[in-house]
Amino acid sequence: MAKRLPPREGEWIDRERPLEFRFEGRTYQGFAGDVVSSALWANGLLIQGRSFKYHRPRGPVSLCGHDANVIVEDGMRTNLRGDLLPLAEGMDLRAVNTVGGLWKDKLRWTERFSKFLPVGFYYKAFHTPRRLFPFYENQMRKVAGLGEINRGAEFASTPKDYAFCDLLVVGAGPSGLAGAIAAAEQGLRVLLVDENPRLGGSFNWQLAGDPDARRQLQELLARVEELENLEVRLGTQAAGYYADHWVALVDDRHLTKVRAGAMLAATGCIEQPAVFGNNDLPGVMLGSAAQRLVHQFAVKPVENALVFTANSDGYRVALDLHAANVSVGIVDTRPDADPTELLTQVDEQGIQVLKGSVVPVATHTRGKKGIKGCFTWLGATDESKQFAKFWPGNRNGIVMSVGWVPNAGLLYQAGVRFRYAAHVEQFVPETLPEGVFAAGRVNGVFELSDRIADGRRGGLAAAKLLGRYEPELPPAPRHDSAPPSHPYPVFVHPKKSHPANKEKAFVDFDEDLQLKDIVDAHQEGYDNIELLKRYSTAGMGPSQGKLANMNAVRILAKLNGKSIDETGTTTSRPFYQPVPLGHLAGRRFHPLRRTPLHDWHVGAGAEVFHAGSWLRPEYYRAEGQSRDDCIFTEAGNVRERAGLIDVSTLGKLRICGPDAVPFLERVYTGRFAKQPVGKLRYGLACDETGVIIEDGVIARLAEDQFYVTATSSGAAAFYRELQRWTLIWGMDVTLINETGHHAAMNLAGPESRAILQPLTDVDLSAEEFPYLGVCEGTVAGVSAKLLRVGFVGEWGYEIHVPASYGLHVWEAIISAGADAGIRPFGVEAQRLLRLEKGHLIVGQDTDALTNPYEAAAAWAIGKNKPFFVGGRSLEIEQQKTLTRRLVGLTFADPEGGPLPEECRLIIHEGEIVGRITSMARRSTLGHPLALAFLRPDLTEAGTTVRVRIDGGVMVEATVAALPFYDPDNQRQQEQPEHA
Amino acid sequence: MKTLNCPINGPRPLQEFHFGGEVREVPDPARATDAQWADYVFNRSGEPGIKREWWYHVASGTWFIAERNNQTDEILRTYLYGAEAADG
Repeated sequence: MAKRLPPREGEWIDRERPLEFRFEGRTYQGFAGDVVSSALWANGLLIQGRSFKYHRPRGPVSLCGHDANVIVEDGMRTNLRGDLLPLAEGMDLRAVNTVGGLWKDKLRWTERFSKFLPVGFYYKAFHTPRRLFPFYENQMRKVAGLGEINRGAEFASTPKDYAFCDLLVVGAGPSGLAGAIAAAEQGLRVLLVDENPRLGGSFNWQLAGDPDARRQLQELLARVEELENLEVRLGTQAAGYYADHWVALVDDRHLTKVRAGAMLAATGCIEQPAVFGNNDLPGVMLGSAAQRLVHQFAVKPVENALVFTANSDGYRVALDLHAANVSVGIVDTRPDADPTELLTQVDEQGIQVLKGSVVPVATHTRGKKGIKGCFTWLGATDESKQFAKFWPGNRNGIVMSVGWVPNAGLLYQAGVRFRYAAHVEQFVPETLPEGVFAAGRVNGVFELSDRIADGRRGGLAAAKLLGRYEPELPPAPRHDSAPPSHPYPVFVHPKKSHPANKEKAFVDFDEDLQLKDIVDAHQEGYDNIELLKRYSTAGMGPSQGKLANMNAVRILAKLNGKSIDETGTTTSRPFYQPVPLGHLAGRRFHPLRRTPLHDWHVGAGAEVFHAGSWLRPEYYRAEGQSRDDCIFTEAGNVRERAGLIDVSTLGKLRICGPDAVPFLERVYTGRFAKQPVGKLRYGLACDETGVIIEDGVIARLAEDQFYVTATSSGAAAFYRELQRWTLIWGMDVTLINETGHHAAMNLAGPESRAILQPLTDVDLSAEEFPYLGVCEGTVAGVSAKLLRVGFVGEWGYEIHVPASYGLHVWEAIISAGADAGIRPFGVEAQRLLRLEKGHLIVGQDTDALTNPYEAAAAWAIGKNKPFFVGGRSLEIEQQKTLTRRLVGLTFADPEGGPLPEECRLIIHEGEIVGRITSMARRSTLGHPLALAFLRPDLTEAGTTVRVRIDGGVMVEATVAALPFYDPDNQRQQEQPEHA
Repeated sequence: MKTLNCPINGPRPLQEFHFGGEVREVPDPARATDAQWADYVFNRSGEPGIKREWWYHVASGTWFIAERNNQTDEILRTYLYGAEAADG
């Protein structure tokens, strides 16, 4: 391991745990605590990836996930960041976006064509002919792209988690630690998160060379340890901020949704690259990256470095490199750097400093594998000055320390407004929404003491908001030394034709966007930041502009001759870093309801399906029978003997009180005032536009007591609307949703009365309990409501019993009916039976626009009613010509020939005149039948229409009068043989 | 996810609520012209401002009114239907 430094205090690697891994087919060694990039670097491997478009060799720039130069895959997972991926034993990695491997990438040729690939070339070149676009797109994806998905990847369970806290502190650097401690000391439940594996933030790299800072870190860590109401989560990124302090935390396992009372963002800054020729070569890195390498991973960044700086941070970097035995020189853009203590130290170490100079180009070694040297030019701050050439020696590394941008993604998402502050040359928060706080460098303070004070102030401000802190807040610190950022870190030779300006100077490494691309885009008229961003794709790569956006804004501002504030900035959306889709997918909450008889159904071989939130038996499997056979057999058994179906899913509402009758008459289309106690009526309900939303049976149990059933899927919404109407109308009526209170079953078929009579104390004779009667009594010893309904077209009883007795009653009926041939039937058989009887299902045979006239249900509308919901709309509808009507269709039995599915269109003289709403391929009537909407002029019984099915085949159907089965309702009359 | 303050159950996540539309005056069906009625039934105002809206806490079956600024999505206050005066 060529570049590993001797052991140092605070390093993150564990030298006791060496690891072996493979990269691009070769074996390397690293240590536990390394990330892939640091381990490769320690092995002397600076080239770790290829760029997106030109396939230029690239190495890590930020070493903390702020760039996306090193993206690898391990065969199972793809698009992993080399500088964030913890090293593990036996990893076998390769770089993405290469053909033939990283070293011999066959796509290197693309760079030679770079002048034919100007900004926006994709839009310009590939829009015609349109039909070829998929081809272009496919080719383009192969040449410029990211990793490949392994479709055979193992399933990983990623359940989501939830967390709650008073204050969420994001970032565990100096200000975050101070803020979390201050808030916890006031008694707040604090959650402190940081994406790094250790607490300390920039203490671990920027300030690691400072013994005084190390002491302060130890004090803060000790305090964190002491506070029991301060929870720490490391390796956890705050990926996105959503309304009301709802923050997505992402770690390597899962997503946690945390609801915080307030949020303190101590997210720090993102160091920015300088824009100059060949600024993307491996060996050009950020000062912070060099410090992370040295302090966290004990890796010597390069042998011979030039620190290109515009702030005092660069001097600290130079000292750290010097201490790591790197030969260092400093180029400072400022003619007169701050006379700080750092400057003195640099002097004392004999580090050469070139002031008032810049680096406009780096010269590269053969194959652009690294830096050979660089030009520097005097007189940077005044372009009119004569530039002088200077060779600082043969440098193989350029370490950039020219400025910072606030790491403000979460704050932007939280609605914080920023302004550009010249005293720090960066955006700082201006107005913060309630409960959102910022502290530290993201808030524009840079001195360590200021950062700690600002963090503390943020923690106390949160405590004050949450009522845990009374006194005045300490004053906000303000940065008062030189700005830490260069106002325009873009360096070109003032002489346009100079060879230095021929080299590519990158603004966005992700997207291979050069300075000239931004200039060209601006010339093409994209002079607004949002347009420029979209046209040039600046900031739209995997690192989402962390290193590119601010420079693009600065360049645009200069091109437009406007201020940074006038130019504006782009917004930031979740997520802060890419989140694996698996974390977002995973298990979700689907409320599921089972009827009290569910287990019985399953035991009896039921095939269950999801009906809204319910699980219901579709049919019961039978040995050697197909699904269709089972359904057909169940239906036939109802017609010939008796069947029992679980209808516990029906909505069951109790409506009572003095206003119950007027209430029902306002809610339903029908009339109920004269409905006798002990009788049922059909109820049809519309919304205010006159569209059918519900139907059901209304049982009058007493003068002021009604028991109402509603459809399984619509009951919850219907009940909700009824509740609202009672409020609006101010009526004296009580609504009780008893849906879950009762089990309900429908016993139907010619044998049903004979089966039930021995089990009940109710006299089931036709005289005592006629069709459409309701009564209360006992069934199998359990108090029950019996409703004589005919939904499936046979003599039958709907039996409602307390849910906990459902199974008892069901089993009693099944066993009582065994000799008579009773069989349970499922929802499919019921759908067939009701279709034969011509009964519609709301939502199946009606749609979001169907009114009662269209559904042939006008008979259910009460005459001369003063008001009901939808009544006024129906009054208007009635004046209009009907455009469709629900009819029955029959098909000649085609012996397994082609038949339509539901929703197939009916075509007449080339026009669509209707569609199938319900279809039965087989019926107990011996031929297929359907319900369909049809244009009214074609609805006379006997008319032949044609239905178009798959493949354009037309199938003939004949309009039939409804109901198909038992049109005279004979089945509800007493039949002599069953009397 | 937003939180909404149910007058009965206190602050709960938005997931637990159902939106019931803006509170609107129902025109007298007997007197409204067809056009007025159609306007009531089909048209909704997207005008920016403070909206009075119906919200329903599904778990407890509670309808209430929320006053919401539809530009900032800020909930100004919530109260039970008819309790506006008592609350304000």
